Amino acid sequence: MSVFDGLKFRKVSSPIHNLDPRIKFFYVIVIFFSAILFNQIIVLLTLFLMTIPFVLLAHVQKEWLRSLRGAAFLAFFIFIVNIASSYFTSGYSLTANQIESAIAMTLRFIVLAGSFSVFFLTTSPDHLGLALEQSHVPYEFAFAFTTAVRFVPVLAEEAQTIMDAQKARGLEMEKGSFLKKIRNYIPVLIPLIVSSIRRSLELAEAMESSIDH
Amino acid sequence: MIEVENLHFIYPSNVEALKGISLNIRDGEFVAIMGQNGAGKTTLVKHFNGLLKPSRGFVKINSIETTKTSVAELAKNIGFVFQNPDHQLFSETVEEEIAFALKNFGFKEEVVKKRIDWAMNLLGLSQYRDTSPFLLSGGERKRVALASVLAWNPNTLILDEPTIGQDHRQKENLRQFIIQMQTQKKTIVMVTHDVEFVAECNPRVLLMRDGEIIADGKGTDILTNQELLTKSSIVLPQIAQIFQELSCFGLPQNIIDIYDAKNILIQILEKKK
Repeated sequence: MSVFDGLKFRKVSSPIHNLDPRIKFFYVIVIFFSAILFNQIIVLLTLFLMTIPFVLLAHVQKEWLRSLRGAAFLAFFIFIVNIASSYFTSGYSLTANQIESAIAMTLRFIVLAGSFSVFFLTTSPDHLGLALEQSHVPYEFAFAFTTAVRFVPVLAEEAQTIMDAQKARGLEMEKGSFLKKIRNYIPVLIPLIVSSIRRSLELAEAMESSIDH
Repeated sequence: MIEVENLHFIYPSNVEALKGISLNIRDGEFVAIMGQNGAGKTTLVKHFNGLLKPSRGFVKINSIETTKTSVAELAKNIGFVFQNPDHQLFSETVEEEIAFALKNFGFKEEVVKKRIDWAMNLLGLSQYRDTSPFLLSGGERKRVALASVLAWNPNTLILDEPTIGQDHRQKENLRQFIIQMQTQKKTIVMVTHDVEFVAECNPRVLLMRDGEIIADGKGTDILTNQELLTKSSIVLPQIAQIFQELSCFGLPQNIIDIYDAKNILIQILEKKK
């Protein structure tokens, strides 16, 4: 669950942590749209490298690298799917262009994961909610968004407990063929989804019973 | 046999959860691990089936170090029932839920069937064979989780907070069940806050605080030691409280069990007659 670790906010003081969350949010949005608009490797690489000074300035390199390591699996998956689809659709051959576009796709994902990770690592959910409200985002949306962010670490911890519980019943997550490995996640995902739904129902009840809504 | 020697454990977040734990748990023993939240109880027992590996020191299960084998291999001997059954139930029926671990461990089809019947019988779940575990009550879900672990008949059973959310009758059933496991020479390690339940069972008690064991001994000695219990934010069991309050009448100080208490009171009352 190292992906989630890379999204967990820890209270420290750095120039980046103290920035107005709206500026950071704007930066992330700009990166997001640039990464979507361009698919040249050089541009995407520049976007990626642009994030690194912020990471170093915020002293979150350890957590940031951990989240990238978590994203690496998905990035690899994206790369393979891209390569495979262009290989099969273009009559069992690969051109340099196709490989390049597969690399660009993968890089695009890494850029997005990296920039969002910096944002969440350096912005507390409270500041985020405040910033959204001040930017005239309707309260309902701001609340839903900050609640979602706040529950990420809770969910990560729960996922770890569930994995432990299933491992204790002899589940070996890394064993078997590729398909078997995917199937191994079912005993983890179902309890996680069920308990998330339970929790959201409880949260809704708690909110309804408080006067403040 | 569980051997723990100078066990240290540091979480990735740099919290030192265990600070040099050494202890032995012999086969067939019944141990309750008590202490306040964050004392390291669950962290300690997660070392027994290899879910966590020591940062320093070692844990040996039947003379094999946990670092030299897998969780799945250790789990064959050590059954771990988690606190919240919702963290493990995922199947469509109770029967499939119990079969899950058996299939993971590679039992044969006929054996799986027999084991399911046996476990369901033991915990009174037979009528729920085809019911979805999600439709059962909290107490029943807890029993399904327990059955799914018992099914492969591990030698050691680790119970994490087994009494939470259970009513009085269910607790009594659990106690009877533990006694039954004891007669089969199973090792039982129970992590709990429930001082009354521990007093009724009267096992060996390990008291933890801030990642260290501050006391290890008989329930009657530890659960009547006011000083130790205060340190761990535990209150005396009610029986011990009464007997200590009435110490001026010459009542013994190390009583936690209802039946012992009854016998002593009868003796005193008989003398008065």
